[in-house]
Amino acid sequence: MSPKPPGVDTVERSWRSPLRGPWLTAIYGTALLVALPLVIITGLLDYAAYGPRFDQAFPTNVGWLRLPAFDWPTRPSWLFRVTQGLHVTLGIVLIPVVLGKLWSVLPKLFDWPPARSLAQALERLTLLLLVGGILFQIATGLLNIQYSYVFGFDFYTAHYFGAWIFTGAFVAHVVIKFPRLVTALRSRPLGAEARTSRAATRPEPPDPDGLVAAVPGPATVSRRGAVGLVGGGALLLAVLTIGQSLDGPLRRTALLLPRGRQPGPGPNGFPVNRTVAAAGVRPEQTGPGWRLALRGNGRTVTLDRPALLAMAQHTAALPISCVEGWSTRQTWTGVRLRDLAALAGVAEPASARVSSLEQAGLFRTAILASNQVLDPDSLLALRVNGVDLSPDHGYPARVIVPALPGVHCTKWVAEIDFRGRADG
Amino acid sequence: MAERAARLRARYGAGPWHLVLVTAAIVLAGWVALRVADEATAGRMLLWFLGAVIAHDLVLFPVYAAVDRVLRTLVRGRVTLLNHLRVPALGSALLFLVYSPGILRLGETTHLAATGQDQRPYLVRWLLLSAALFLISALGWLLRRRQASSKRSESA
Repeated sequence: MSPKPPGVDTVERSWRSPLRGPWLTAIYGTALLVALPLVIITGLLDYAAYGPRFDQAFPTNVGWLRLPAFDWPTRPSWLFRVTQGLHVTLGIVLIPVVLGKLWSVLPKLFDWPPARSLAQALERLTLLLLVGGILFQIATGLLNIQYSYVFGFDFYTAHYFGAWIFTGAFVAHVVIKFPRLVTALRSRPLGAEARTSRAATRPEPPDPDGLVAAVPGPATVSRRGAVGLVGGGALLLAVLTIGQSLDGPLRRTALLLPRGRQPGPGPNGFPVNRTVAAAGVRPEQTGPGWRLALRGNGRTVTLDRPALLAMAQHTAALPISCVEGWSTRQTWTGVRLRDLAALAGVAEPASARVSSLEQAGLFRTAILASNQVLDPDSLLALRVNGVDLSPDHGYPARVIVPALPGVHCTKWVAEIDFRGRADG
Repeated sequence: MAERAARLRARYGAGPWHLVLVTAAIVLAGWVALRVADEATAGRMLLWFLGAVIAHDLVLFPVYAAVDRVLRTLVRGRVTLLNHLRVPALGSALLFLVYSPGILRLGETTHLAATGQDQRPYLVRWLLLSAALFLISALGWLLRRRQASSKRSESA
């Protein structure tokens, strides 16, 4: 065996916390084992919600790295609100657990020799994928929900593929370490540990993985304290995040997030996703000269706003939910999309392509699947909460479809192209 | 079969399942890397992936461990005081870590375009939340001290 480089012993002896050990690592690990699959699955569902069938889920070219194809349902109408809200909120809440877990195993990073066998070398490579993966996902996710694109690459591509690298390493890690986790949890009954004070806290017996410090110092925190600290951090983040998914006064509790703020008073005073100014839609485009073009079967029907208001109006309370995890439920009034489809001469459309007045932007068009056009609550909304839509909320008309991601609820609609079964 | 597994264990260092799992994870990561390699920004993604590990293991951890060491020297064995400083400090640092894009106003234009609002309030709010955490912790510490001293005077 090669001689140890200088400093290895010093590093080994400098780990002083008497709390590090298999039990504490297993507690944090169990929390992650239960919660992370939910984050992974809701993340994949959100990809499905964007409609990969119409090439409008990003990244588009993912090969077999996705859930089996299915049509995103419109019921329950809060489906996307819950899946996306859970993905973002849980992802944030787990950050202290991830940090606690990494703290508990950090001495392993400085193990010498780095690997004693090929198995260990390969496993350490997967640990790099695991740790790099989770930190990468947290960093890109946090930056995205706060609209800060300092990383300079496409968020969707990075976050989606990063998720797969992480998930592969996560599965391998869980299966390999599961027996260790069970042994560690059994080694100290939870109830007894919860009653152990700081003064009575002793190091765990030396373990084969070398998590327990060689020269532990006295305990300054009990084990229940360490678990409580991480739990408290998770709770703090939960309290400051959940508000972005709630309506009413509780929204303000998301004090440090963009969607905790009330953008102005009145019926249109709910969060905006992309302002009219940012979209580059000019007032003269949305004035009396605005026309909606309905296409179908090679014909075009043109309607102005009074004509739309003269059609049968339908009102529905539906959430608008965004990929950043925030959502809000409002009461929308307008014309049913299926009525517009019938007017265009395609009563049973296979899909509908909705285009905005917006000239640039990733989401200036969106394709709706058949079930999304035909749902009785799917609207071309003209009004919200009893008044006309504000320019920022899509005046003169916007799409609102149950359980559809917010960015696909096109604002400032200019044209809807209904496609029949034949031209699928 | 058992003999073969034993031979593998001797040469590889673990059982066959271990080999299958780690290989699968590495192959999957490699496949993803090949798919992303065509992107013009692939290098940046790799940099952020590895940078995240370095930032945590070799920057964040040494910094918070060193701060804790300084704190421990300062309080000289008064563990209750130490923890009443540690908890709000960790809380404040955690909030900064998670909400720093808003606090540091990274991305003012994209934030404005998306929400119609600026990022001004976050710094003050974070400072107020941090102050509240320290204040609550300080009150808790004072309460404990009073309880402890009244207990001492009772027993004296």
